Amino acid sequence: MFNYSTKISGTTLPNPILTASGCAGSGKELAQFFPLTEIGAVVTKSIMLKARSGRATPRMAETPSGMLNSIGLQGPGIDLFLENDIPWLQSQDARIIISVAGETVDDYAVLARRVRALPNVVGIEVNISCPNVENRGMVFSCHPESARAAIENVRRNVGGDLPIIAKLSPDVTDITMIAREVVNAGADGLALINTVLGMVIDSQTMRPKLAQKTGGLSGPAIRPIAVRAIYQVHEALPKIPIVGMGGVATGADAFELVLAGASAVSIGTATFGNPTAVAKVKEELQAILLERGFSNFSDAVGFAHRPDNG
Amino acid sequence: MSTINPRAVQTSAEVISNKKVGAYHHMVFAVDGLAQSARPGNFVAIAVGGEASSLVLRRAFAIYRSSDRGSAGGVIELVIAPHGQGSKWLAARQVNDFVDMVGPLGTSFGIPTEPVRALLVGGGYGSAPLFGLAEVLKARGCRVDMVLGASSAGRIYAPLEGKRSVSSMTLTTDDGTAGLKGRVSEALPQLIKENESEIIYSCGPMAMLRTIQEIADEHKLVHQASVEESMACGIGVCMTCVVPLRHDDGIVKMTRTCIDGPVMDGSRVIWNSNRKIPEGAWGA
Repeated sequence: MFNYSTKISGTTLPNPILTASGCAGSGKELAQFFPLTEIGAVVTKSIMLKARSGRATPRMAETPSGMLNSIGLQGPGIDLFLENDIPWLQSQDARIIISVAGETVDDYAVLARRVRALPNVVGIEVNISCPNVENRGMVFSCHPESARAAIENVRRNVGGDLPIIAKLSPDVTDITMIAREVVNAGADGLALINTVLGMVIDSQTMRPKLAQKTGGLSGPAIRPIAVRAIYQVHEALPKIPIVGMGGVATGADAFELVLAGASAVSIGTATFGNPTAVAKVKEELQAILLERGFSNFSDAVGFAHRPDNG
Repeated sequence: MSTINPRAVQTSAEVISNKKVGAYHHMVFAVDGLAQSARPGNFVAIAVGGEASSLVLRRAFAIYRSSDRGSAGGVIELVIAPHGQGSKWLAARQVNDFVDMVGPLGTSFGIPTEPVRALLVGGGYGSAPLFGLAEVLKARGCRVDMVLGASSAGRIYAPLEGKRSVSSMTLTTDDGTAGLKGRVSEALPQLIKENESEIIYSCGPMAMLRTIQEIADEHKLVHQASVEESMACGIGVCMTCVVPLRHDDGIVKMTRTCIDGPVMDGSRVIWNSNRKIPEGAWGA
């Protein structure tokens, strides 16, 4: 019997394939293409305290094997989100990981209190790859102190088994250092990696293509960066579960992240190219694991780290 | 809360015809049930470049026409302008090739319950969805006048069979190689007056749609515009294709054109918003 289940701290999921925050809305659109109960969990878009318009358009540019985006966390705010999006996901019996994002350290505390005790919610992803308005707009996850402060504020407000998963930016000198900080601050798991900051200049207008100038690069172009970050962090903190993401479009891609140390894999940009990508990766990864002789998914996690004679 | 077109499906669509028409390719796809559920104004999203493609995003195309061809089953027709890598790849597909298609997506043009005098305005390949619309309007007893504009004659898509449903057809080109010389919007005031138009349907570049809205406001006409914002997914999850739209509650929200569009009430769109967010706008 093949065991596809995975454990992220106190939560056990029937399989390790998830959506990625910001790449599946709140699941409603994808539910038209496959039942949401089929996948490990739906990771919602990152929700903030207040409604946000997001950035001006153009917000997107396609790049070789990827895309650049600066959506700017457009969303309805936590009140409408809890009124509309979450009850709908609950009605579908979906397992839910709520992603939260703050503008201040205090925002994270307030958001944590709002989402900590809801039916079907199996985890909180803390998106700290957003600007801290109290600190010159510096991204929380790029500075050890602010990353730590945000996670501590969530930890203080969330008890029990509900895992707190800190989502980290790869745009740092040493990602293992930030990983240690947030784990010491109380994170149960890590989500690696957020997008990589990039820019495209339009050769016609001879100006940056995005209205916001810079944007986050995603898609297969960044997969080697994700594999590297996951490998390094798993090596440094082997007991901490990692939700891996970054350019996964096939089962083979997901397998690579799992071998590097991911206990779960999120599918993001691939969903834009194929609405059934998440379900497809789930099937393909299972076939690969069986073919390679793994009867437990968990045995494959971090398998690339085994000693040479292993 | 607005939702994805409930009739949208993912299907493997077979190319059954691909003909070059002026600057464009007219392509016919066998799509089974997708054809029956498509309405004028809906679009499809197609994966491009094949399996090893570096093009990760779907391409959106307005449906030109959809029909049931008996033995061939349901078919949809698209008009492709081979400008970028993705559309060039699609235009190079041959008969019996298959493409991964999602549709029908988005909103469709609203059809009046009573016969009205409609003016249909298309820019470049934006004329594509207007012919299917013209057929439906004609069948409802509407008078249909059409005006199509483009940079030059080769870029006007106006097939003979498409003209059957229109009472009058006016062409404009920037260089004067066909029809009236000038912009399509310059011809509008005269056409509205002559034809006593009561509603405008439009599809084309955003700058054109914005000018049409100004003219519609002056003449106090309803304007249904099929807007064009670049999309990454076409199914409502990426939040890329938004335009600021005034909602029923009076609040301007950045609204997805793949879900609440492409056909939108032109009077509710905040048109001059490229590279800026209107003050007070919310996320939808």
